[in-house]
Amino acid sequence: MSQHPQQIASIIAIHQDRPGALLPMLHAIQDATGFIPPESIAQIASALNLSSAEVHGVISFYHYFRISAPAPHQIQICCAEACQSMGADRLMQHATAVNSTDFSVHPVYCLGLCANSPAMMIDEQLHARVTTEKFAKLISGLRSAS
Amino acid sequence: MSFTIFVPADSAALALGADDVASAIRDEAARRNITVTLVRNGSRGMLWLEPMIEVQTAKGRLAYGPVEAADVTTLFDADFISGGAHPLCLGLTEELAYLKNQQRLTFARVGITDPLSLEDYLAHDGYKGLRSALTMKPAAIVQQVTESGLRGRGGAAFPTGIKWQTVLKAEASQKYIVCNADEGDSGTFADRMLMEGDPFTLIEGMTIAALAVGATQGYLYVRSEYPHAIRVLNKAILLARAAGYLGEDILNSGKTFELEVRKAAGAYVCGEETAMLESIEGRRGIVRAKPPLPAIEGLFGQPTVINNVISLASVPVILDKGAAYYKDYGMGRSRGTLPFQLAGNIKQGGLIEKAFGVTLRELLYDYGGGSYTGRAIKAVQVGGPLGAYLPESQWDTPMDYEAYTALWAVLGHGGIVAHDDTADMAKLARYAMEFCAIESCGKCTPCRIGAVRGVEVMDKIIAGQTAQLTLLEDLCDTMLHGSMCAMGGMTPYPVLSALKHFPQDFRQPLPNPLPKGEGTIALSPSGGKLDKGESLCESHINQNAGEQHA
Ligand SMILES: Cc1cc2nc3c(=O)[nH]c(=O)nc-3n(C[C@H](O)[C@H](O)[C@H](O)COP(=O)(O)O)c2cc1C
Ligand code: SF4
Ligand code: FES
Repeated sequence: MSQHPQQIASIIAIHQDRPGALLPMLHAIQDATGFIPPESIAQIASALNLSSAEVHGVISFYHYFRISAPAPHQIQICCAEACQSMGADRLMQHATAVNSTDFSVHPVYCLGLCANSPAMMIDEQLHARVTTEKFAKLISGLRSAS
Repeated sequence: MSFTIFVPADSAALALGADDVASAIRDEAARRNITVTLVRNGSRGMLWLEPMIEVQTAKGRLAYGPVEAADVTTLFDADFISGGAHPLCLGLTEELAYLKNQQRLTFARVGITDPLSLEDYLAHDGYKGLRSALTMKPAAIVQQVTESGLRGRGGAAFPTGIKWQTVLKAEASQKYIVCNADEGDSGTFADRMLMEGDPFTLIEGMTIAALAVGATQGYLYVRSEYPHAIRVLNKAILLARAAGYLGEDILNSGKTFELEVRKAAGAYVCGEETAMLESIEGRRGIVRAKPPLPAIEGLFGQPTVINNVISLASVPVILDKGAAYYKDYGMGRSRGTLPFQLAGNIKQGGLIEKAFGVTLRELLYDYGGGSYTGRAIKAVQVGGPLGAYLPESQWDTPMDYEAYTALWAVLGHGGIVAHDDTADMAKLARYAMEFCAIESCGKCTPCRIGAVRGVEVMDKIIAGQTAQLTLLEDLCDTMLHGSMCAMGGMTPYPVLSALKHFPQDFRQPLPNPLPKGEGTIALSPSGGKLDKGESLCESHINQNAGEQHA
């Protein structure tokens, strides 16, 4: 079983009667546990009268949901056009070349900071006009914090 | 004596250190025994100046920016709280040309008020539109919106009043208002700025929509990439509810409207309205076939108004000041204002709300000040990732829905992304295909398979196999004509416009083999052709907004 079976059961109970409960439920689980434990899928499915395959299909459709424990920090680097025009490709290359267990790097398509590109988000912290120097400073902060 | 200082809490300001600036101001004021009131306002939209702080003076608000936490000591030394001179002082905010030359109707309060103060909202004409709507019959509200000429700001430009009329006429025990706040287009942030900077306007607009069509439940579908906007909206909903502006018996009218935020989960296609409905219902975001139109069979099978944030947030001013007031702005069939968003490689990026009819050149140079890098601007993508790339020869066309259609381009949600002369248009065309391949919902083959093939073909073209260009055109032709929604149906816009206007980047000798004159792109070999006035683009996007029932 997952590390959080009781917590997940109570989240399911809170959300299961809402119209269109699945997405809010998945968000609440991921917010609480960092990911959606695969063992919880059957539980979610039975609460919503769905098949496990259907729940799995929803989880895999959305980029945001994950089914394994993430690194301590999530770095999302915008790779959309406005950020590309300001060197996002270089930033992404630079970031993925850094090997670290403190964080994982993911592309994201627009953070709404397109007038101050390139942009990225570390967990829920936004950063704009990110140069490779600024990136290095930010991740060294992560390392000392974790 | 107390001093009022404004430090924006807009995401763009936060991303540039606004929270650090705010706490530095608090600390420094405490150290100097000065009482300051700190207001965390929205952004004025001059985003290259963020964090741009303001102080209230007898003459008006004075702006300083861009401010870093390290500047705060010298700002206090210069007595900035009384309007003292400092190298970062920009002058009176309202006098800054960037702002002064705008026509702010929808964004009238953004950056001025405290986004979460209902009192401030009311003091700045807030809820006047709702009060006026409460005195009117539903059909009269719809009539006002129709007469204003407001068209959907989410991209498809479908007349909002006509959509509302369909929902009003539909018989059902339950109707819904859904706000599309998925704002997935690169180069756009107007929805975000409005939700963070003036959430009550959006709530008021949705409430008016509910009164107009007889809906009692609303959903705000907000992208997961906007955590700050979600927080602000949730707080604003609670405040509005506690003050009797939401919930049961709104302002003692006997009317009920409940509102809830639903967080999306990072799928671009869920901005397509029927995919969004699927998502809210708890399924994969697969596009639904139309008909039935969402206005007749929408969320949970019930009649549903789906509108973009800016469409809904433009409704309060229409109900407050009248349809004629709003309609007075703009040109042709494009009435009112559009919040243009200047982004990418641009010196002075930001939000510019202007009446339709302004030109791209004015926005890029008079407002934007040219490219950020100081190099020549080469190509400008207007209308998000599904919008065309415009070369300089098209920058003087007035920005109006029909004029853009004639250019085989789209205004979309008003996003403008500038690229300097280092941009490789073949690479950007490849990216457009790649984005479509990643984000396709998979329902129809032209998009699902076409985009994957498109990436392969672009790779070959980039490798020098120019014979593949014919295949690229065929592929685009199939996508244009055979896709179910604008995702696959409009991906050819950035691809073919890049090819048409920048053939040298595709290793094509000039002149370009494609163009057949202004506003026309011939697609071989089927000869499918887009002429002025009857563009596929419009039929695609209008289909997407539900024009069939108009
Ligand atoms: C792939 C795709 C993505 C879209 N994304 C958005 C979006 O993020 N926000 C939006 O308001 N409309 C988006 N639309 C348009 C919507 O389908 C719909 O036309 C719009 O929400 C209707 O509201 P409006 O009439 O107020 O513009 C998208 C359409 C497509 C095909
Ligand atoms: S065009 Fe693409 S996104 Fe739209 S329905 Fe077809 S497969 Fe889905
Ligand atoms: S394109 Fe990168 S933040 Fe919008």
